[in-house]
Amino acid sequence: MRPSPRSLIRILVPVKRCVDYAVKIRVNAQQTGIDTNVKHSMNPFDEIAVEEAVRLRQKFTSKIEQVTAISIGTAKSQETLRTALAMGADTALHVEVPESGSETLEPLSVAKVLRAVVAKKGPFDLVILGKQAIDDDYGQTGQMLAGLLGWGQATYASGVELDLDKGWADVTREVDEGSELVRVRLPAVITTDLRLNQPRYASLPNIMKAKKKPLEKLTPQDLGVDITPQLEILKVEEPKKRVGGQKVKDVDELVEKLKEAGVLPGV
Amino acid sequence: MLTTLAPIAVRAARTSASRQALRSVSRFLSKSTVRHEAQLNSLSTFTDEEQMLRDSVRRFAQDVVGPKVREMDENESMDPTIIKGLFEQGLMGIETSPEFGGAGMGFTSAVIAIEELAKVDPSVSVLCDVHNTLVNTIFRTRGTKAQQEKYLPLLSEGKLGSFCLSEPASGSDAFALQTKAVKNGNKWVINGSKMWITNSYEAEIFLVLANVDFSKGYKGITCFIVEKDMGVKIAKKEQKLGIRASSTCTLAFDDVEVPEENIMGGEAAIGQGYKIAIEILNEGRIGIAGQMIGLAQGVFDKAVPYTYERKQFGKPIGEFQGMQFQIADVATEIEAARLLTYNAARRKEEGKSFVKEAAMAKYFSSVVAQRAAGSAIEWCGGVGFTRETGIEKYWRDSKIGAIYEGTSNIQLQTIAKLLQKEYEA
Repeated sequence: MRPSPRSLIRILVPVKRCVDYAVKIRVNAQQTGIDTNVKHSMNPFDEIAVEEAVRLRQKFTSKIEQVTAISIGTAKSQETLRTALAMGADTALHVEVPESGSETLEPLSVAKVLRAVVAKKGPFDLVILGKQAIDDDYGQTGQMLAGLLGWGQATYASGVELDLDKGWADVTREVDEGSELVRVRLPAVITTDLRLNQPRYASLPNIMKAKKKPLEKLTPQDLGVDITPQLEILKVEEPKKRVGGQKVKDVDELVEKLKEAGVLPGV
Repeated sequence: MLTTLAPIAVRAARTSASRQALRSVSRFLSKSTVRHEAQLNSLSTFTDEEQMLRDSVRRFAQDVVGPKVREMDENESMDPTIIKGLFEQGLMGIETSPEFGGAGMGFTSAVIAIEELAKVDPSVSVLCDVHNTLVNTIFRTRGTKAQQEKYLPLLSEGKLGSFCLSEPASGSDAFALQTKAVKNGNKWVINGSKMWITNSYEAEIFLVLANVDFSKGYKGITCFIVEKDMGVKIAKKEQKLGIRASSTCTLAFDDVEVPEENIMGGEAAIGQGYKIAIEILNEGRIGIAGQMIGLAQGVFDKAVPYTYERKQFGKPIGEFQGMQFQIADVATEIEAARLLTYNAARRKEEGKSFVKEAAMAKYFSSVVAQRAAGSAIEWCGGVGFTRETGIEKYWRDSKIGAIYEGTSNIQLQTIAKLLQKEYEA
């Protein structure tokens, strides 16, 4: 995209405010979504992304200029950004979406906002984000963003080796067959998997320092992005309760039972 | 009887009525009061930083401390990696200013951190509590500039502190202490022994209360900064009922030589030790209240889910009314103790009087902690009584709440004395 790699690179880390991983998810009374009046925290995969960006920044102090955290959501997303800043991000961007719009925010809209941010608030050379958010589990944003930007992508990373002189990253990916090593040229999008690293706990002095770090506010309109949803949610309901199964003593009995249930094809 | 009381009642009524009137006038006059009223919040409202600190400490406690709790209890020793972790997280200089390597947070933050640690392990909690609310605070509020510059960074970054007041014959009657300090040239020579000293096994910086002139009675008591290698000896490490991972030792001071610049607050503070001790314990006990409410909540969180798992007579035991009412009762008591504690902490932070509130919080929280832990054992039956689930440990740990940093009797006496001042004609 650029004629020559820049000497100082900048990393963008999108983070999402989600229902806390320890909270039991409940469908709301109107069946339009889940009960959100519970404890929220940063999407755990995004925490891993922040940790990775901060570690890279510490490793390449003279080559990485800054790590910027970004969150798209209601005013409360700023808490999540403060956490990212307390973990070590240098600056933060908040793209504010009203309460009504935040629940129907789709991966494509998020990816479009991120593309606009890369274009207008950049330059950024690397976007590191969680492979998915634990609330709606889409797992699409990173890939869509790479597509929109025309950048390379390395998804489900469990290891990242950055070579800034050569301008690429060697990324270990967790795939069904095992692990796969891919080399991606910067600028690139990397999405993080669970085993990439163990995120730090924000230390108390860093929590206090986070208060003084810059946090810029924007809206999708400022960026010229339309976030109107493409999907309509008709109804949300809990999955059917599983009823107790039955133990079989051998394969023959198992086949017998499957035949009885009529689930074996061609029998 | 009635006639003698009547004038007092009238006077009291008049005074309180006029006070009321004054208060409401000043409410309209003072801009700052008006602004303040607009910001009135519940006691469970915290700043963003306090909330982040709570989340961060909670995770540290669950992930790092949690797996070691039982082992440390059984071995009666603190894992050094936990102490190291506390320093790395900035939990050992909570209120210390950033220029001395601290976090520069408020007193309520310290109480929240102590509370969150106690939910998982009250032993780790008290280590953090004594270091922050006693040792660091004395340095912050009483130390000379040179003492702060020298010691606060050490205390923020890696050296554990300990506060040495109690002695074999001096506990609640603190001023009866026998440890003495004699001036010899440009040094002070300390002789005596200290007993039941928290953190003392791992500590490297000790604040030692000693009398420099017994003829002046308690006005001879002086606070010395003593470093471990000046000759502090551990005479005996106690074996205890609870908070067993937290070290409690008898210390021997045999001709320990301390440089004269190590009098806390400098030469002018000779004989001020009793004031330092009283004042620090007044606020320090809010920290212990924090530890006790954390303990109570921690054991409650462990025990209650089990009552919905354990089935007897065809339904979860937590659905029997006899259990429901006990659980509701304990939950209410914990909430009350928590509000007493937060209120005392906020009052201290706002610079309001807090001694009575602190004593109430500490006294009541220790009662609630013991009751919550005792009930939790009963709710979990056999499982609660065995050591594996760690529920019985909370009960053992709770007993110290009524003893250290002022026994429950001393708390009640403090409350009663202040009440007498308020109500006496």
